[in-house]
Amino acid sequence: MTTQTSHIVVNTTINGEPTVFLANERDSLLEALRDRIGLTGAKEGCNNGNCGACCVNLDGRIVNSCLVMAAEVEGSEVRTVEGLADGDQLSPLQNAFLEEAALQCGICTPGFLVAAEALLEQNPDPSEHEIRYWLAGNLCRCTGYDKIIRAVQLAAGQGQD
Amino acid sequence: MQAVKYVRAASVDEASRLLQEGGEGARVLAGGTDVIVQARERTREIDLFVDIKQIAETMSIAYDAADGLSIGAAAPCHEIYGNETVRELYPSLVDSTSLIGGTAIQGRASLGGNLCNSSPAADGIPTLIVLEATVEIAGPNGRRSVAVEDFCTAPGRNVLESGEFVVSLKFPTPAAGSGARFLRFIPRNEMDIAVTNAATQVRIENGSVSWARVSIGAVAPIPLLVADAAAALVGQPLSDETIAAAAAASRAAASPIDDMRGSIRQRRHLAGVLTERTIRQAAERAAA
Repeated sequence: MTTQTSHIVVNTTINGEPTVFLANERDSLLEALRDRIGLTGAKEGCNNGNCGACCVNLDGRIVNSCLVMAAEVEGSEVRTVEGLADGDQLSPLQNAFLEEAALQCGICTPGFLVAAEALLEQNPDPSEHEIRYWLAGNLCRCTGYDKIIRAVQLAAGQGQD
Repeated sequence: MQAVKYVRAASVDEASRLLQEGGEGARVLAGGTDVIVQARERTREIDLFVDIKQIAETMSIAYDAADGLSIGAAAPCHEIYGNETVRELYPSLVDSTSLIGGTAIQGRASLGGNLCNSSPAADGIPTLIVLEATVEIAGPNGRRSVAVEDFCTAPGRNVLESGEFVVSLKFPTPAAGSGARFLRFIPRNEMDIAVTNAATQVRIENGSVSWARVSIGAVAPIPLLVADAAAALVGQPLSDETIAAAAAASRAAASPIDDMRGSIRQRRHLAGVLTERTIRQAAERAAA
């Protein structure tokens, strides 16, 4: 392989802040977030789109950031788990995860939070079936999912924004 | 990740030129849910991504009664199943696009990408086949159209030549009295690759099937159009006997392999079962 890749400048908005970052052309969005920008909330699990641990919100839709090239987010709006809390004030969904003990090791949690937040934005009162179907692309090896589902239901019941 | 370069194409002509100059190592980047994994895991040698999503034609979903439906090759699944016209007139496209991957995959993955990845188990393709989709291809020598059932040639291979890429998929307006359905068998509820899948479209006029198409997937090197299954239905009222004959035709057309997802015997059986179910449910939609 003789191809030379170079560094590129990417203009984007991350968690509401206009952000310019330098990335290698071959970087995924996940690599750029973690290694270039220092936002390590999104996790690398499978790195092939199966586990959802790297889930971020891209222009209003959840995506696996391991399956997005960093260069693709030029001009886009990215929201990560770091954008959920307001300073030290956790979001209602984050509080619900604590309340329902919806995490153990925590690796999958940022992905679940970003995905569930997007669900509640478009469907403030989802059924259990809708929650489970929406979150099917997020894998958790600790909780058995029930606690996560209950946390999303709790946040929905509290009128999650 | 391989040392992949990234270019945004501003026009169809520019994309075609970049792909031709890039040769074998150049790949279209639409949703990236297959091709980024292939580059990372080196199952394909890729050194250039040509991002086509800035080209409006590849992202648009448009319908008019005379020309039918056009779906840009890079339009993501959620835009397709969220489109009111698609939901009303082409519900079988909702069947397939809403079960490809999970929510985060559906935020990016496209029908054009599913087609060009040309997996024998692609969940998008049987529906395209029974809806008589036409693949609109652009390349160095201009545009051409290919019937979708003639697009895939082998696992991971298709008719695209150097510099060519799929711009959009075109669908005729559904005829009165027609209905279509897609179903997939997997051993869990979601997020898996088909053991077998199938789609059927039927048109029912004066109590009799006047037209039909049946397609089965994951049972041959490419998704199959099963002409014998349609022939078993056409010209007669739908009955247990004609449906059983169509299911038998699908079992006969299947030439599956054994792998970790299913056995030859199971897949051939499923081809029959899914043919029967998609016929019955397509007929229900035709009557609705």
